[in-house]
Amino acid sequence: MPLLEIKNLTVSFDTAAGPFMAVQGIDLSIEPREVLAIVGESGSGKSVAMLAVMGLLPNTATVKADRMAFDGIDLLKLSPSERRKIVGKDISMIFQEPIASLNPCFTAGFQIEEVLRFHMGMDRAQRRARAIELMKLVGIADPEERLNSFPHQMSGGQCQRVMIAIAIACNPKLLIADEPTTALDVTIQKQILDLLVGLQAKYGMGLIMITHNMGVVAETADRVIVQYKGRKMEEADVLSLFEQPKSNYTRALLSALPENAVGDRLPTISDMLFEPAPSAAGTGPATGAAS
Amino acid sequence: MTDQTTAEATAASIPTGGRQRAFTEFWHYYSMNTGAVIGLVVFSALVLIAIFAPLVAPHSPDEQFRDALLTPPVWQEGGKSMFLLGTDAVGRDMLSRLIFGARFSLFIGLVVVVFSLTSGIILGVLAGYFRGWVDTLIMRVMDVILAFPSLLLALVLVAILGPGLFNAMLAIALVLQPHFARLTRAAVMAEKNREYVISAKVAGASHVRLMVKTILPNCMAPLIVQATLSFSNAILEAAALGFLGVGAQPPTPEWGTMLATAREFILRAPWVVTFPGLAILITVLAINLIGDGLRDAFDPKLKRS
Amino acid sequence: MSVTVLEGKNIVRDYHVGGGLFRPSRTVHAVKGVSFSVDRGKTLAVVGESGCGKSTLARIITLIDPATAGELFIDGKKVDIAKDGLSKEMRRKVQIVFQNPYGSLNPRQKIGDVLGEPLLINTDTPADERRDLAMRMLKKVGLGPEHYNRYPHMFSGGQRQRIAIARALMLNPSLLVLDEPVSALDLSVQAQVLNLLADLQDEFKLTYVFISHDLSVVRYIADDVMVMYYGEAVEYGSRDEVFADPKHSYTKTLFAATPRADVASIKARLAKKKAA
Repeated sequence: MPLLEIKNLTVSFDTAAGPFMAVQGIDLSIEPREVLAIVGESGSGKSVAMLAVMGLLPNTATVKADRMAFDGIDLLKLSPSERRKIVGKDISMIFQEPIASLNPCFTAGFQIEEVLRFHMGMDRAQRRARAIELMKLVGIADPEERLNSFPHQMSGGQCQRVMIAIAIACNPKLLIADEPTTALDVTIQKQILDLLVGLQAKYGMGLIMITHNMGVVAETADRVIVQYKGRKMEEADVLSLFEQPKSNYTRALLSALPENAVGDRLPTISDMLFEPAPSAAGTGPATGAAS
Repeated sequence: MTDQTTAEATAASIPTGGRQRAFTEFWHYYSMNTGAVIGLVVFSALVLIAIFAPLVAPHSPDEQFRDALLTPPVWQEGGKSMFLLGTDAVGRDMLSRLIFGARFSLFIGLVVVVFSLTSGIILGVLAGYFRGWVDTLIMRVMDVILAFPSLLLALVLVAILGPGLFNAMLAIALVLQPHFARLTRAAVMAEKNREYVISAKVAGASHVRLMVKTILPNCMAPLIVQATLSFSNAILEAAALGFLGVGAQPPTPEWGTMLATAREFILRAPWVVTFPGLAILITVLAINLIGDGLRDAFDPKLKRS
Repeated sequence: MSVTVLEGKNIVRDYHVGGGLFRPSRTVHAVKGVSFSVDRGKTLAVVGESGCGKSTLARIITLIDPATAGELFIDGKKVDIAKDGLSKEMRRKVQIVFQNPYGSLNPRQKIGDVLGEPLLINTDTPADERRDLAMRMLKKVGLGPEHYNRYPHMFSGGQRQRIAIARALMLNPSLLVLDEPVSALDLSVQAQVLNLLADLQDEFKLTYVFISHDLSVVRYIADDVMVMYYGEAVEYGSRDEVFADPKHSYTKTLFAATPRADVASIKARLAKKKAA
């Protein structure tokens, strides 16, 4: 049974100019212990789809899906309060801006313990012990000291580690990372990616990695979904995606990487002009490889 | 004449060109606030009444009907259809005086806002752009002004300058001016280090050009909201000064002054006090509602979703 | 034959962090004695992570901030804006393009005015000639005359970056400082902007100082590479030298940390995962 299964997800926003379709008919499933990467450029709806799963979209958004099930539970039928018990406990999410994701008024320790109190109902001493354990787990040096630090006293990398600690505090079955390293330096990015993949393997979580960076995909994912303008362009396991991309869009993306440059000009996507035809999109043979 | 404030408010926030689209978008967000739309309707009606006062008013505001002193409004016993809202102690028609009073109140609001906005923007831009001792000097003076209760300070100023509508307006403008200065300074400080300002600097723009052409137009949104709210504040304070006898002098049909001259009849003829008070209340409420609506429409945080 | 356009000798920049009532003021050394030189038509890439002083260096080269110590030569002339101020002629020689395409254009200025402004301020070019020049520049960066009367918010990130580049080129500078010009752009747009920069460099014989944290971009565009770490240039040499044989341990760490998107490294990773 897939951990998360989404069929025909559509998200539209009401704007002053009329409804805007951010996600148009996405199918997605992730198995336990799998790392799934969703790649796309800005406006591809990669974050919106996951925010819809979490129920974190503003109320101008309309979410429709034929099926949206987590671990066999139909998320569409849950009441908001029932849903909140799952979101944050069994599914958790980390975001791009680590410093902005933490509340500047409270210490790192307080924010970790808050999650434990809400979802796990631990008492004070248990929470403290678990928070220290978590801080060690995410590789923060002298955790007892750092529990009392405020977000502004820590670097971006440390803040992202605290965010990860909060996200894995309740042993989630699925962790969604939305561009977790985009705001970080390359050397820190490497550490955070290693940490995420390491934790994923250690605890057997499902990990959905949302990113625009092909390098991050290549270094972390088992399976990849490529999105463009709210539609799925391609789904394939990571090796075949890089070896023999099926869709024109993926091919264009890969050839636009500066490290793949041939000659002194880069091929650009407009060189391979194409319209995302809904019928042709995302019907790669790789869909079968998932199950 | 005065409905320009709102028209300018929208025009200043939207540069020409994309004006049509930008205005549609602005209106979309503004019209979501029902209160703001009501406020705008009431205010527009008020402006029209003020402009066409001689045509709308049934009588001249200074004409005394000696045979009809303190006539009650038409729906009360003894009311005459000639005087819809009754007459005051010397037989002048209340309705006509209120209609002409709208002219004064809106004029006061406009003049005060123009005065305080101009000086506040100049001081605020200087303080925010140059920082250092210029900033310290200007802002400490502003702090001193803010430290006084505003009405008290206005009273003192009018006492020095001598009573009268113009001096009252000057005094109120001075009292309201620090709000604009602080707001401008904060906005300028936020914009100053944006990359487009540095780009203009790299292009060789002078200090004056950077301040006036590059930075200032991007600071207008909060200032427009503040200007709207100050407009109502100014009317209120002018009424208060008028009531205390140091603002507009009788027989000017200014609403605050009308209240003051009528207060001895508050029990015998409540309408002479009630109607000017109501007029002030409705005007100020309408403008404040507009201000709230503008704030919502300009707030980028609300726009995102 | 080669002409040195930009030369820096021992550039130092200190910031004094103002002391409060109970704190002594302290000095932060943002750039600690960096030397470099770039020939005409070449690209020097400055690589480093946040806080390494590369943006401070960019501001010094662009003559926005003065250096605390050291000498800066542009087109062979010594420039010291702290002492002599800045002449219009010098101002025209160096221009900059910033990272964030959304912040670098004045939201209330039409594109035509954005491009015309440098000419208006620095030259006596009449209005209709300014208009012609701006139109020509728009075409050069791949936009059309129909964009002349539009406002920045009507453009995408990549288009805005093209406009920013066009504005920088309006004064015919010899040196262009590019402060992370493609970091905020999508991959496909990044490729277009990099191509545009290469085309313009060929056409106008421009000299670039390219500030970046992205090694794959640097490898693609640079002739020389300087790696900065805590205000110091820890590695400086030609691109091939630096990439083939990094000397400093920090450079090696940086290379090792850069994610690789080639099939071989994916295969290696998957094999390792299977084994574990």
